[in-house]
Amino acid sequence: MRFMMMTTADPSAPQTPPDPEMFAQMGAFIEEMSRAGVLLATGGLEPGGTRIRSKGGKAEVVDGPFTEAKEVVVGFALIETGSREEAIELSKRFWSIVGDGAGVIQQVFGPGD
Amino acid sequence: MSANEARRRVEAVWRLESARIIAGLARLVRDVGLAEELAQDALVQALEQWPETGVPDNPGAWLTAVARRRGIDRIRREQTYARKLTEIGHRLETADDTAFDGVLDEEPIEDDVLRLVFTACHPVLPVPSRVALTLRMIGGLATDEIARAFLVPEATVAQRIVRAKKALAAAGVPFETPVGADRAARLASVLEVLYLVFNEGYAATAGDDLVRADLCREALRLGRVLAGLAPGEPEVHGLVALMEVQAARTRARTGPDGRPVPLAEQNRGQWDRLLIRRGVAALLRARGLGAAPGPYVLQAAIAVTHAQAPSFAETDWTAIAGLYELLVREAPSPVVELNRAVAVGMAHGPERGLEIVDGLAADLAGYHLLPSVRGDLLARLGRHDEARAEFARAAELTRNQAERRLLLDRADAP
Repeated sequence: MRFMMMTTADPSAPQTPPDPEMFAQMGAFIEEMSRAGVLLATGGLEPGGTRIRSKGGKAEVVDGPFTEAKEVVVGFALIETGSREEAIELSKRFWSIVGDGAGVIQQVFGPGD
Repeated sequence: MSANEARRRVEAVWRLESARIIAGLARLVRDVGLAEELAQDALVQALEQWPETGVPDNPGAWLTAVARRRGIDRIRREQTYARKLTEIGHRLETADDTAFDGVLDEEPIEDDVLRLVFTACHPVLPVPSRVALTLRMIGGLATDEIARAFLVPEATVAQRIVRAKKALAAAGVPFETPVGADRAARLASVLEVLYLVFNEGYAATAGDDLVRADLCREALRLGRVLAGLAPGEPEVHGLVALMEVQAARTRARTGPDGRPVPLAEQNRGQWDRLLIRRGVAALLRARGLGAAPGPYVLQAAIAVTHAQAPSFAETDWTAIAGLYELLVREAPSPVVELNRAVAVGMAHGPERGLEIVDGLAADLAGYHLLPSVRGDLLARLGRHDEARAEFARAAELTRNQAERRLLLDRADAP
């Protein structure tokens, strides 16, 4: 089973620069997930991004700012595990490094799901 | 927390941690069988306690600590472990957990996991035992899961595991990573086990499911783990590349009615681009190591050539036929020769393919793909009656129901 694990950020929260020690720990965590054979892809996403809306056959770029958006995705990891519980365990380890925050784990459907 | 909820969490933690826990213990007690038992005991204790106490903050560390304590107790208590007591007795004089932490922190745990892989796949064991032990100790699968995947009774798997542990102990197999001349053969044995597990899932030899995706995923996971443990081995990356690219085609290989879809008819849009890219990257890593390509690297190169073709017609069959020729030289086998016949038939015409196939009749008697390939080549030559007879024979020979239906359709085709 594949899962997309994403961290979400609250734009109203004060932006603090991540400390270098956390970067090192995250690096180690990502390496551990690769070595455990579960990590397929990972990356960070720019806050906000470009938004597009399609209406009446026309796709248009929607200009911000998006005050209505409560959350902004800031990072993701695509993993492959035997169960959702394994994904949750990995996510718990992630949060034990990162500290406070929120995220979402969603199954990515594939063959046999 | 309900017992069921706790059990599911224990299982998840176990899948992620068991190899490291068992490997660390094996270094401590110098007996893989005993290490596995101790780790299982810790697992049982977790299943008993966690529903009451809740799951600890670091469940992996909890399991490790409990297993280690049990190891110490066991060594102290039982006379049968007197030999081990002398071996590590000086540490036990003042045995407390910190003394053992010292033992376990000497080297990275990854080295122990690699030792565990080599031990579980030791050539002293029959292949089915290697498979069972590897899935159990490194994959963290339960005995009944292994039994279900291989369609054998649970008792059979349990017995294989017990016997395998005894055989390792009886043969005095040391808990170590082989070096020197021995290493290549031992590594080949490891790769054989992983590829066998993958193939059991990919081309199920029996039963109704063409693909048992769980086994494929498990083999792929173990392969990726192994690539991390032994990054300097080109054949490991080659096997990973091969499995990534094969797995990428899983969805396209089976039609909605469960029937197998031949490569020529597969919807390439359903191929998993992410896995293909991972496969290509693994192949490049293998080639970057500079050695002459071994059998897995060559098979991976063939799979990648297929994966990169925009359509069946645009496949670089000449390149594939050339790769098969190298593969025949590197790892001669009639099955590889049969695959070469397919590629040559595509690259240089069905007559040329048929010449190769006809030379294989004696070697591959009873193998359903021989008449199946022969039928294909004959059909392309317009010899339809002969082709139909070949497909009917192939249908008789296969044990896979889905494949049989496909072959019977071709045998009945006008």
